[in-house]
Amino acid sequence: MKKDDLLAVVTLNKEAVGGDIPIFFASTQEEQAAIAATLSQVLKAMVHDIGNGVYIIVRH
Amino acid sequence: MDNYGMTIGLGILMGTLARAYMLRSDYRQYPGYPHGFVTHMSLGFVAAALGSVALPSIAEKEFTAVTFLALAAQQFREVRNMERESLAALEEAELVPRGLDYIEGIARVFEARNYLVIVTALATSSANYFTRWPLFSLAVGFLVIAGTSRLMRGKVIGNIAVVKRGDLQFVGPLLKVNEIEMMNVGMPKMREKILRDGLGVVIHPKDDNARATLSNMGQRQAIAHVATAILGTKKDIDTPEFTPMVRKNVDIGSIALFCVPAEKDIKSLVAAVERAPVLESASRAPLKTKAGRIAAD
Repeated sequence: MKKDDLLAVVTLNKEAVGGDIPIFFASTQEEQAAIAATLSQVLKAMVHDIGNGVYIIVRH
Repeated sequence: MDNYGMTIGLGILMGTLARAYMLRSDYRQYPGYPHGFVTHMSLGFVAAALGSVALPSIAEKEFTAVTFLALAAQQFREVRNMERESLAALEEAELVPRGLDYIEGIARVFEARNYLVIVTALATSSANYFTRWPLFSLAVGFLVIAGTSRLMRGKVIGNIAVVKRGDLQFVGPLLKVNEIEMMNVGMPKMREKILRDGLGVVIHPKDDNARATLSNMGQRQAIAHVATAILGTKKDIDTPEFTPMVRKNVDIGSIALFCVPAEKDIKSLVAAVERAPVLESASRAPLKTKAGRIAAD
């Protein structure tokens, strides 16, 4: 089975994320959803909601 | 020295007919393009010829002729490799891949069919050799074809499990089919679309053997592939959310399938899953062991 890759993070909450991964900050939920949708299409990857205002983009 | 024309001719005829019948008998294992048809019919003809000359050559005390059967076995193993490689190469282009287990199963079937052709041809020519009664040997040939195709039919999911419709629901971002968790869908729009267009079924295994078989990932992938092959899918390369998924209820071993089909029809989906083949390589039978029966109660 192929390795799943965490490609990017889209967040409303600046405190919740960090590290050497592409991080996109959004100020509203709509903006966050729009960024996540674009990223998932461009990267051909899936958006997961981990609950604390953070979306992760993962390629399976 | 007898005239073997009738014996060999009948053997070849019945063997080739057997191959043609097996091409027809389950189309789903067969890509159905004319060139594949020609390839397999020609190989079937070769196999039939080999089977039908076996007995006459022994009767003529030409024992070395039998070694050609070994050569044939080698040749047909090559058929298996060929099928496996070509299907594995095409896997890349499938939105919902068959999975290696399914491919192995298909390749094995293609190999085995040639041996069945040899058996049919051998039985027909032997019948004619001993009885000198062509009509009787034709009947023997048809009987062997009927018998082998019955034996080789293999099981389908409907034999080992009960397939029922399941309801899709979201708990937060988590998609569930009945109580079985499938995946985390982040995008609210995708969740709406999945609820609108998606379908779910739950596969309840009938016994412990079935439960062990359904746990196999290759078997589950095969079910997802069959469902997609029949109902289509809305998945595209940039919408992994619509990937058909098959997940297990870890406590009771039932299996849930989620998919977003092009044709939203639950009856068709249930029928497709019921007719999905049980893979030979995935098939397990813990109940055949003593230890397995102790655990079964």
